[in-house]
Amino acid sequence: MLRCGYALFWLLESVLLICVVSSVKGEAVVTREGSHLKLSESSHSNESQHGHSSNITGIPIISFKWHHVETPYLVAFWVLVSFLGKLVIEANHHVTSVIPESALLICFGFILGGMIWAADKVQTFRLTPTVFFFYLLPQVILDAGYHMPNKLFFTNLGGILVHAVIGTCWNAASLGLSLWGCQMGGAMGDLDIGLLQYLLFGSLMAAVDPVAVIAVFEQVHVNDVLFIMVFGESLLNDGVTVVLFNVFDAFVSLGGPKIDAAEIIKGIVSFFVVAFGGSLVGLVFGLLISLLTRCTKNIQIIEPGFIFVLGYLSYLTAEMLSLSAILSIVFCGMCCQKYINANMDENSVQTVRYAMKAFANGSETIIFVFLGISAIDKVIWVWNTGFILLTLLFVLVYRFIGVFFLTWILNRYRLVPLEFVDQVIMSYGGLRGAVAYGLAVMLDENKIKEKNLMVCTTLIVVYFTVILQGITMKPLVMWLKVKRAAVTEVSLLEKLTNKMFNHTLVAIEDISGQIGHNYMRSKWKYFEENWMSWILMKPSARKKQDQVFDVFHQLNLKDAMEYVTEGERRGSLEFVRNENSIIDFKKKSESESFDINNANMSNDHGAMSTTSRDPIPSVSLEMHEQIMKAVREAEAINAHHLLDQHLYKSRKQHRHRFSRSHFDINRDEKEVQEIFQRTMRNRMKSFTSAKMGVKPPKTIVKHTQKEQQQKMPNGKSMDKAKTSYSGDEGPNSVSFVHPAGIENPAFMPDLDPMDLLQIPPWLGESELDSSMVALSHRAQVDLPRTPSNLRRLAPLRISTRSTASFTLENIPDTQQMDSDQLQPPPPPPRPPRDDGYV
Amino acid sequence: MGSSSSSRNKIPNAQELMRQTGFSSAHLLRLHDRFESLDRDNRGYLSPDDFEALGGLAMNPIGGRIIEAFFSSGIPWTFPPLSGFWLISVQLTETETKKEHSKSSPAAGPGSSNLYDLDRDGKISREELLQVLRAMLGLQVTEEQLQSIAERAIQEADLDKDDAISFDEFKKSLEKMDIDTKMSVSFLK
Repeated sequence: MLRCGYALFWLLESVLLICVVSSVKGEAVVTREGSHLKLSESSHSNESQHGHSSNITGIPIISFKWHHVETPYLVAFWVLVSFLGKLVIEANHHVTSVIPESALLICFGFILGGMIWAADKVQTFRLTPTVFFFYLLPQVILDAGYHMPNKLFFTNLGGILVHAVIGTCWNAASLGLSLWGCQMGGAMGDLDIGLLQYLLFGSLMAAVDPVAVIAVFEQVHVNDVLFIMVFGESLLNDGVTVVLFNVFDAFVSLGGPKIDAAEIIKGIVSFFVVAFGGSLVGLVFGLLISLLTRCTKNIQIIEPGFIFVLGYLSYLTAEMLSLSAILSIVFCGMCCQKYINANMDENSVQTVRYAMKAFANGSETIIFVFLGISAIDKVIWVWNTGFILLTLLFVLVYRFIGVFFLTWILNRYRLVPLEFVDQVIMSYGGLRGAVAYGLAVMLDENKIKEKNLMVCTTLIVVYFTVILQGITMKPLVMWLKVKRAAVTEVSLLEKLTNKMFNHTLVAIEDISGQIGHNYMRSKWKYFEENWMSWILMKPSARKKQDQVFDVFHQLNLKDAMEYVTEGERRGSLEFVRNENSIIDFKKKSESESFDINNANMSNDHGAMSTTSRDPIPSVSLEMHEQIMKAVREAEAINAHHLLDQHLYKSRKQHRHRFSRSHFDINRDEKEVQEIFQRTMRNRMKSFTSAKMGVKPPKTIVKHTQKEQQQKMPNGKSMDKAKTSYSGDEGPNSVSFVHPAGIENPAFMPDLDPMDLLQIPPWLGESELDSSMVALSHRAQVDLPRTPSNLRRLAPLRISTRSTASFTLENIPDTQQMDSDQLQPPPPPPRPPRDDGYV
Repeated sequence: MGSSSSSRNKIPNAQELMRQTGFSSAHLLRLHDRFESLDRDNRGYLSPDDFEALGGLAMNPIGGRIIEAFFSSGIPWTFPPLSGFWLISVQLTETETKKEHSKSSPAAGPGSSNLYDLDRDGKISREELLQVLRAMLGLQVTEEQLQSIAERAIQEADLDKDDAISFDEFKKSLEKMDIDTKMSVSFLK
């Protein structure tokens, strides 16, 4: 109930928003119309108005510039509205479990369209082919290609191709011819449509739409083979439809009498050229992406962008060469997926996946909403009962016939035949979608008189298939007891056996002396491993390609995650960080999660250090128990230690660094940095205090010495340097910075010195282990620019900018502090603040 | 058609075989031809050497293992098979033709388990698993990693905690796998 309330609230809110904007939009339209009517006048008045206003008010503080932002604003707003619609729909699970989301989105579109109609009295927004084909479709298809299960796809490629090519041609031809026949028979009254135009119409109606299919089949988890058959077909036949459409479009413009055998042959040839050419362009771009990602190590942040940009470029290139753009981007995604996933950093791969999904899902949402909105338009609704109903009927019937016939042929050659039930679902899953609509809108009104009727019919077919068939799909799948996709859990033995099976099958084919699928696959694999991977993959990525190994890695990662969650669930967060080895393990598996070797080793380490039970180390659930027990015992001992760590680290919570090129700051490096900074500050302090004759407070010294020794057993010199420094003074020091800064106008904008002092990690690392000498060396190099140093010196002299004196002063503070100091005595209030500050 | 029926006559008990295996005569004929071409010395049976001479098998990382499994029963591979064994192994892997699904699933288990189980004690020990892994995973993987993979795999499947995978455990762990589909080879004519 409450949820419903929320949903209603959201709906109301979005409706209100829409109303506001559509009214604004309405005004905009009206004004635009006005300007169209009296162009010169309005522009003149505009100018005068402009001049007028500038005359009177001078500089306007706020001006309302709707036209300035109109287009992007509307785009952004529509995106927002569509997303909000999706949000509302997804909030109601009990509805989406019955009615597929795509259908609901279309209905949402109806409502929006109605509101716009009410406000404007004219259809002002609709899905235009340009927007659809250039800005909405590519990412959906790219996503589909990129996430395509390649092995499954290629195993069933034959069937998919048969359905996509022959099936689509069959659909187009049968629909066109039957409609034409019906018209000849007089079933549709008086329509000005010729045979060619019917065929054109048939070709645009022929294709099963991937967007709709994904949207519906995503929710009914049918088995893999069935899914790939429908989905692969829908992807490839989009390309085919567009090609067919273009061919017939050319025929229509050519006109009936001029078409002879040569033209038809040219049409058929162009069909193949367009389809294969498009695929080829896609392959080339896919390879290009793979090659590029080999060397993007240094620009990891924009690395994912390459995939999107190049994918889009492959789409545009194919479009430019009048090849099949859809096929191009599909193959681009399919081709590059393996290599870029191996080449890129794990984070980038995740980014690509998420961004891909985000784009695809977003544009899918927008497509459906706009399909709904487009319906509310008086112009396109040309009703012709015969035409519309017959189209619906034929679309459905011929789909069934086509699928059954083609599968019957295929089943003679398939090892595992497609069952009857599967065929029914395949036929029933022939959803038409936005591609058909986009093509219908692209029809040329001059050549095809009944364009509006066609658009209208297309819309009805789309609604019928997406909404009605979408809703009934799930019950049908249940009722027919279609084999569902098994929830698979990766298992190492399974993977291993699987791999062994493959080898065995190849061997069997060898023995029986035939060249079958397995033989081909093994040859391809060999070729791929030895050539493709060598060219397209980073050397480091290449060796991690083994599947068994990959599964092992995944399982290890999963275990590690469980291990941590389990520890946290039991309420001892410290269990995670009580041992250095475990911390190591955690960090490593996060940062270089692909480096199995490392993760594995540290895994081992983690397990070994706590339980020395197993000679062959591995992570498993059983072992968690033991580890945890050991952890519990160690808890008390470690509590103090943990506290120390936390206190020491508390400071860094305040530090945020903005960087465009690095995503996150290395955590442990920061600590090292912090240690270094504190050390340096200490030295500076002791240096100045020695000069000023002020001693560092003794009490603190003692207190911290105890703690530090516990913490850093390795860095003795550091301990000494750190002595006067206690961890829990971190926040204090921050609060004291400000007075100092304010007193000195020259360094007002200076923030916490920590932020500006950036020590490269490697230097910081060496700092930790090195003794005094290395430290002082570094200090000599770096200190002149240390802000804390500047700050300290600043109040003492007014002309702080003279760097010469600075360097002079700074060199001494390393080893021979007292030998050559030029510092004048400080002002009286200075020393106490100093103490607090450091 | 005449030639095929005449050469079918070369195969003794062709009808019997066809009935047992569900192969068509074309399949049988093809197998027979292959058999003869493999049997280079015309001994009337196949030895492991004959298989090892195959180029593809030599390249196969577990080729030796497969051959071993085929000959593990000790029954010679003659063409009209002497016993059911190689019929079964033919069936389980080679020509699970379209109608033969039901027969294969019990057979496939022991077959693939045989590939692991070297000492024929009915269990896959860690050492045996390790050997298979070593053969299949190649050089990039260190011995230590192999060991942890083997350990892990055994832990996964080992239900009675005897540090080895028995045949039942093996079957259970592969329950979900569609062995029928996986271990079928389409037999071209």
